[in-house]
Formats: sequence, structure tokens, C-alpha cells
Amino acid sequence: MKRRDFIHMAGLSAGAMMLPFSGFGHEVDLAGLLTPIMDVEQKKQLADIALNTAKSLGATYTDVRIGRYLNQFVTTRERRVQGVTNTESFGIGIRVIANGTWGFAATNLVTADEIKKVTARAVAIAKANSKFQKEPVKLAPNPSYGEVSWKTPIVKNAFEVPVKDKVDLLLAANAKALEKGASFVNSQMFLINEQKYFASSEGSYIDQDVYRFQPGFTVSMVDRQSGSFKTRSAFSAPVGMGYEYLDGKAEDKIQGPGGIILYNKSYDIIEDATMAAEQAKEMIAAKSVEPGKYDLVLEPSHMWLTIHESVGHPTELDRVLGYEANYAGTSFLTFDKWQSKKFKFGSDIVNFVADKTQVGSLGNVGYDDEGVKCKKWDLIKDGILVNYQATRDQVSILGQNESHGCSYSQGWGDVQFQRMPNVSLQPGKQQLTPEQMISGVDKGIYIVKDGSFSIDQQRYNFQFGGILFFEIKGGKIAGMLKDVAYQANTQEFWNSCVAICDERDYRLNGAFSDGKGQPSQSNSVSHGSATTRFNGVNVINTGRTI
Amino acid sequence: MAILSKEEAKRILEKVVGFSKADGIEAGLGGNDSGNIRYARNSVSTAGEDSNISLGVSVNFGKKSGSATINEFDEASLEKVVRRAEELAKLAPENPEFMGPLDPQTYGPETKTFVEATSKITPEYRAQAAADSIGPATKKNITAAGYLEDNRGFNAQMNSKGLFTYSQATGVNFTVTMRTNDNDGTGSGWVARNFNDVSKLNTAEASQIAIEKALQSRNAKAIEPGKYTVILEPNAAADLLGLMLNFNARQADEGRSFLSKKGGGTKLGEKLVDERVNIYTDPWNEEVPTANQAGGLPRKRMDLIKNGVVSNLFYDRYWAQQKGVEPTPFPGNRIMEGGSASIEDMIKDTKKGVLVTRFWYIRAVDPQTLLYTGLTRDGTFYIENGKIKHPIKNFRFNESPIIMLNNLETLGKQMRVASGGGPGGGGSALVPAMKIRDFTFTSLSDAV
Repeated sequence: MKRRDFIHMAGLSAGAMMLPFSGFGHEVDLAGLLTPIMDVEQKKQLADIALNTAKSLGATYTDVRIGRYLNQFVTTRERRVQGVTNTESFGIGIRVIANGTWGFAATNLVTADEIKKVTARAVAIAKANSKFQKEPVKLAPNPSYGEVSWKTPIVKNAFEVPVKDKVDLLLAANAKALEKGASFVNSQMFLINEQKYFASSEGSYIDQDVYRFQPGFTVSMVDRQSGSFKTRSAFSAPVGMGYEYLDGKAEDKIQGPGGIILYNKSYDIIEDATMAAEQAKEMIAAKSVEPGKYDLVLEPSHMWLTIHESVGHPTELDRVLGYEANYAGTSFLTFDKWQSKKFKFGSDIVNFVADKTQVGSLGNVGYDDEGVKCKKWDLIKDGILVNYQATRDQVSILGQNESHGCSYSQGWGDVQFQRMPNVSLQPGKQQLTPEQMISGVDKGIYIVKDGSFSIDQQRYNFQFGGILFFEIKGGKIAGMLKDVAYQANTQEFWNSCVAICDERDYRLNGAFSDGKGQPSQSNSVSHGSATTRFNGVNVINTGRTI
Repeated sequence: MAILSKEEAKRILEKVVGFSKADGIEAGLGGNDSGNIRYARNSVSTAGEDSNISLGVSVNFGKKSGSATINEFDEASLEKVVRRAEELAKLAPENPEFMGPLDPQTYGPETKTFVEATSKITPEYRAQAAADSIGPATKKNITAAGYLEDNRGFNAQMNSKGLFTYSQATGVNFTVTMRTNDNDGTGSGWVARNFNDVSKLNTAEASQIAIEKALQSRNAKAIEPGKYTVILEPNAAADLLGLMLNFNARQADEGRSFLSKKGGGTKLGEKLVDERVNIYTDPWNEEVPTANQAGGLPRKRMDLIKNGVVSNLFYDRYWAQQKGVEPTPFPGNRIMEGGSASIEDMIKDTKKGVLVTRFWYIRAVDPQTLLYTGLTRDGTFYIENGKIKHPIKNFRFNESPIIMLNNLETLGKQMRVASGGGPGGGGSALVPAMKIRDFTFTSLSDAV
């Protein structure tokens, strides 16, 4: 789906300022950035005002989200800082069911009087729409958790790291890339902290403190002589971690095929920027691919996006039901396929789990945005479609009486709806390294890092590019290729999956800002996998002359 | 209500600017009231309203700058936000590209972006608009999924050099997808409408078009991928066109743009596409009005492509200074001149071709050649000997809008479309239908 490009948001003058989250509000106090605006008891009192008001106006269910959303964007290019921007958004969103219909309203004025008014607005909207409602909302039961809290298990809070340290690190990475001949380099760090307080008319009061972090860069190499240019993006992943992700520990570095260095649970941005400049030069000089059928060996920093688009999205229940028909689309994984219990989504070794409890992942929270405790469940088991991703108002359609905990809203001003949990391919059970996998491929391509991506509205037909492409000939890496993209049908592709490396090679990557819904909202989600082999995939040549 | 009058906005901004002890200050004040309704499965799924107002302040000491924002407007809060920005600016590293506040500018006449009727949309209006779309669908055994959003917003800015601007805009955006409920749900149609003035919107009339497309697109046949003559409806054409109009001068000068020239330099002044292609921006165009300034820079009518030749590149203030040219305000709309041919005329004139309602999931494949991939969606038809012969399965394309506009056959009538900017006129475009030869479809999709 459409990704929001946060890079454009940073470094603009106040007059032109357009920030990525609605409800962008209070000033950002660097020193007191992480001090709560109000304590939990105050939030509970305000939430209770909304809950009581809604009940008195006839709502049969209400949930209240009081949220403070902090962001920091640090952007640089070459030897200079382009922007350091802190944003903060604080407000309240109230969702009700009245006459069997949802209504939602939000405000950035978090006062008792305003909350009463906004709650009445939410109820009025629900009642106005109920005249045309054909299917009354039915919520799956959910326990009352009482007063609970949850925090992302970070080691080093990135918001507490001085901006100067962040700038110095980015500029040091840029300097390395320039030293190695890069024409241009842009680098950035994006930090997110969601301080979310949830209360429902069913008695849950949940306080959560969620952190996400994305460091990265793009190195560009321009060959003026030939008029060509190539861009190599960072091998970092967006993470549900703190600044410890930038520790670049030796045990997290992986010596990959083709002489590349890959990263697991921590990342060395300076080392990667150095490599990037060298590889960007090679990318320009690489051989243009001969189109045809190839065996593909896909590395996890590439695989995540193929998983995201071809497995994550089609297993979203709201798409299957048609709620996204006007925008993101529906899904080829229709009910009849699921009900048959024998729909062969992929080969026998293909197992996908949805998991919002995975530590370090972008989707990791304690409770979702409708107060459901997060969990892990199977989507594809031994190649067969076994379940979907659902929220409280949808899961009963599956004959299940417990929500999967997939409700999320990007901010207090946006209504929560079904969003993708982390969806990951389980590693192979046999011991297998990427090198061993490549040694068994006669004619293939080893692809590293995600590039271009496109998939149809029911998720049948996709096309993916990448960043680095290595030709595999007779079981060996035989130099770099360019102009590579593969096209396939989702089901055929996953049934051509013949080998998955073991858990030693399992790594997470993901989407920091995955868009869905109308109005469009952003969600963060990780996808894990080990290096995976697919046989006989159609590769096209994307080189053109204009 | 988050809408301040010109006088109210000016009063607040004057106070803010007055508090500054920095070398320069720029303050921006914006507010928005928006509402939406979303429906699917012939029933309303979500609906809501949102109200926001915020003040952003950017100050500078030399080339060190800092920004802060606030949404409280008492005197103490206004002073506080200025002090916060000043603290940040003192801590910030120097940005050699920092340009400082802009001198006061002279603007053209105010544009007609605000329409009273749109600013008064109620939840009841939205519910009825959805019902007017769902009703006729239900009668034809079709499932409607649609979305209507409306907003009313204002923007004001002031700086320490005396620059002040204020504008208001309204907008409404409507889309609906109609899917047939026959045995295998093989038909799908779509329509989109985008206006500043809600009185121009008729969701029943628009929905009827999508219903017809859904019924006609049932039981699509597969035809071989390859190069085809295509007739692109305005929404399809606009999607690809919008992707080529980022005429960023700096990227072109730096050699990393499709507008960079082999051996150095840019393609400014060179013929890029068919000579019948004329694309310009004009804030006063009555169909797609937009603010008469951007970031304080006065907008003008400006050619982007004239007779197929690249006429202007976009220079930000820093790059303009480096290159000794005038900075370019970012365009708020894009207008491509059309012809007189209707879609029906173009079909009649086509021996063998494909009619495309819209494209979907368009993504860049190669920024150097502007190669994009994506798919057709919600109504793709095969044309033979001047007639629509039958619906066809959707195709994936791999095509560059530059190549596309070099293969232009016929220009059709213009239509207003939302080009990704949502309602309010900010992201709207006026684009014709067009007939293109040798459009490259690379594979088939089973998606409906």
C-alpha cells in the first residue's frame, strides 16, 4: 500500500509545515519530552466522563483513547543537517456503538466539557448512520483487564539520546560513503513514541508506552558520462527497539553471500554506509539481466516485503469481507478456500504465523487499540490457509469468539480498525545456511533488500524489484546484475518455495508506515524470515531508454 | 470549530512574531474541520469528524534554526512556543542551506477555493449521500463500497519581514467501487468525484456509472499481454501523468533525475514528449482553483511542458539562489490541455485496443527512465473495429509516462481528478482522456 514518506516532512519551515499525524498539537519540550502530560488517574477520570456521557446518551459500547504521540525526525545530506524536528500530538478519540452502529469523534481539547461535547457528537454520528445500517455491529467477548500497563522493552530510550549524538553519527556515516566515492548521501533517524491510554465501557483501563525507531540512508552514485545513476538504501530495519539498535554488535553481523554484510538485532550504520558506496558503483557497472525463468534465493531484508504484500494483506479479514473494496481491495483468500481446510496456499514447508508479542518487532504491544490482549496464531500451516487477522467486530464471522487483537489507530484523531500484525515465515526445520542453499542452484538470482513493489487489489499478481542482485551460476555467485524484477502469481509463487534456511538466519525487517483505510492511516509491522528459495520464477528486464 | 477568520489569524500571528528575540521568525497557523463516511457491504462501516488547529513557529539565529508548535493560544502559550523554538535554534547546527524569512511578496487575486455549502456539510448529509449510492446498487444485486470526505480549512503565515498570507479552502472527495454479486463476483466498477463545491456532487449519478461498469465487466476474458493501443480515462491518465511532473531542478542538475542529460546538464528547453502535449499550472483556473501562493512565494500561471518541450523546472529558494534564477512556488494544481474527442469517439476510431478505467498500485521501477509498474482495475475492456467487444482480465503494465506521451494518438476531453492530494483543491488536476499506442502490458492478473 501507499507508504507515507516521512523524509519530506522534516526540515520544512513553519509556514510550510505539514506533519504526518493528524491532531498535531502541543509544543515539544525537549527536556520534558517524556514526562507524561497527565497522570494515569487524571486520564481515568477524563475517560470516565466520556464513558458515562455516552452511556447516558444511549450508547451500548464506548471506548476512549487518550493519546500522546511523539515523533522526532533527524535528517542530513552529505556534510550537513537538513532538519531536526520534534512533533507532539495530544488528544482524545471516542468511539461508540449506538443503535448497533459505530460512531467516532475526536478532539485535541482534552477537557471535561469538550469531552462531553465530542462524546455527544460520536453518538449523534452513530445514530445518523444507523438509519441505513443493515448489519448491526456484534463484538466478540473480551475480558475486563482492570487497570494494567505495558511498555516496549527498550534498553536505551532514543528520545533521551542528545540530538548532537544522532547528528554526529549520521554525518559520520555520510562521510564514509562520500570517502568511498558516493555522489550523494541522505541519512535520517525517525523516532516514534505512542503514549496510549485506553478505557472501555467493559472495564479495561490500559496504559501503554510504545517505542519504534528507524535509522537509515540512501547512497546515490551518478555516472555523468553515461547519464546513469543508482541508489543503494541502508540494510537497516525499522524496529520496535530503542537506540541500542545502533550498537552494531559483532554477534549481530552476518557475513552474507557475495561478500556482503547483513545485520540482525543491531546495526552498524557506518560500516553499512561504507559498503553502500562501494556497491552502488558496482550496481552501475552490473550486467543487465537476461529475462527468463530463474531460481530465486531471497534474503530476509528483501523477503519481508514480498511476505507483507502477498501474505500479510490477503489474510486481513476486513479485506476478505469487502470492507476495503473501495481502496486497498479485497482478497483472493476467500471464505470457501479457508472453509475447505485444504487450500494449498504454499508448499508443505510454508508456515506463517501472526504474532504481536514478538520482542523487537514493530507490531509488538501488550494490548491492541480496542483493549484485546495480544497473542500469536497460525495463518498458514504446512502450506494450508488456516486463519485470518481479525478484530472484535469481525471475528464472529469466522465462528471464533475471541478477537485476534488486530485493532490499531495511528493516532487519537483516527478511528481504529483492522491492521496487520507481524506476519512471519517460519524458518526451515533442516539445518541450512544461505551458502548451502546457493550451492544447490544452477541458474538463479540472489536478491538482497527490498526495492520496487506492486500487487493487484486481490493479491494474485505481483512484481518485485530489489536493491542488490547477484547472478548464481552453477551453485556460485557470478557477479552483480541490474534491471531485475520478478513477476508471479501469489499461490504459484509460494508453492514454488522449495527450501528455507534454518533459524540461525531468521531476521526481522518491516514497514514503518504501511498505509490502509479511508482516510488512510499508517501502521508499523515487522516480517521475519530466513533466506528462502523459489524455483522457476519469471524474471523481467526493466531497462528502458527514454 | 477550527477555522479562524483572517483578522483572528493575523492578531495571533502578530503577537507571536512580536515575542521573538531571534534574527528572524516565521509562523504558520492552520486549522481544519473534516468529516467522513465510509461504507461497504451496502452498509455504513465507519464515520467520524475531526477538528484541529495548530501553530508552527520557526526562528533563526544566523543559519541556525529551530521549530516548535503549539495548539493553545493564550499569551503565555504563544510566548512559550517562541522561546522553545529559540532554545532549539541555539542548540541546532548551522544549516548552510538555510534561507531565512522571505521578503513581503505581491500576490495575484484571491482564488475561489472556499465554498460555503461545502463548509456546512452535516453527518445527515453524509449518511444520505451514502444511502443514495447504496440504494441503486442494492436494486441491481451489486455490493457498494464507498467513501466520502469533506473538509474546510484555513492557512495563514506571517514572518518578521512583514510577509502575511491567509487563505481558506473547502473540498469534497467521493469514490465508490461497485462489485457484482453474481456467482463468482466477476464484475467491478469504480467512479471518483472531486470538487471544492459540494453542490456539484451527486453520489447517485456517479454511482450509476460505477454500477454500469460493474455489470459490463462481468465474465472478463483473458487476452495475451503485449503492446496495445489504450484509451485511458482521465483518472487513469492522471495517475501516470502526476508521476512525471516532479520537475525538481536540483535533482536534474545533480544528475539523478529523468531530466538529467547524459554528460551533464538538464533537459530544460528540450523536447521530451509529443508536441501536442501542453501541461501548465494556474491557480486561477475555475475548475481546479488553488491558493495564490505556496510557502509565501506568489504562484503564477506557469508552463511545465509547452508543445512537448520542458518549459520550467522547480527551484527551491536555496537552489534558485545557487543557480541565479527565481525560486518556483510548488504548483497547487496541474492542467493538461485536452481535445474535443469523447471516449466514445476514441473507441469508434480504434481498430484494436484496450479501454482502461483506472490504474492501481503504481510504483516506480526505475527513476532514471521513469519506468512504472501497476495494474488496470475496475473496468478494462477490449475494443475491436470501433466497438467495445468484451471485458478483459486486468493487466500489469510496465511503462514510462515519457514513452507514453511520445506515443500519443488522440487527446480527449478534460475532467477534474484528485491527484493524491485529497479534497480542497490542493492536489487536484484537470486531465484529458487520451489514446496511446504501444502501451506495454507485461502480465495478466486474475484480480477483479
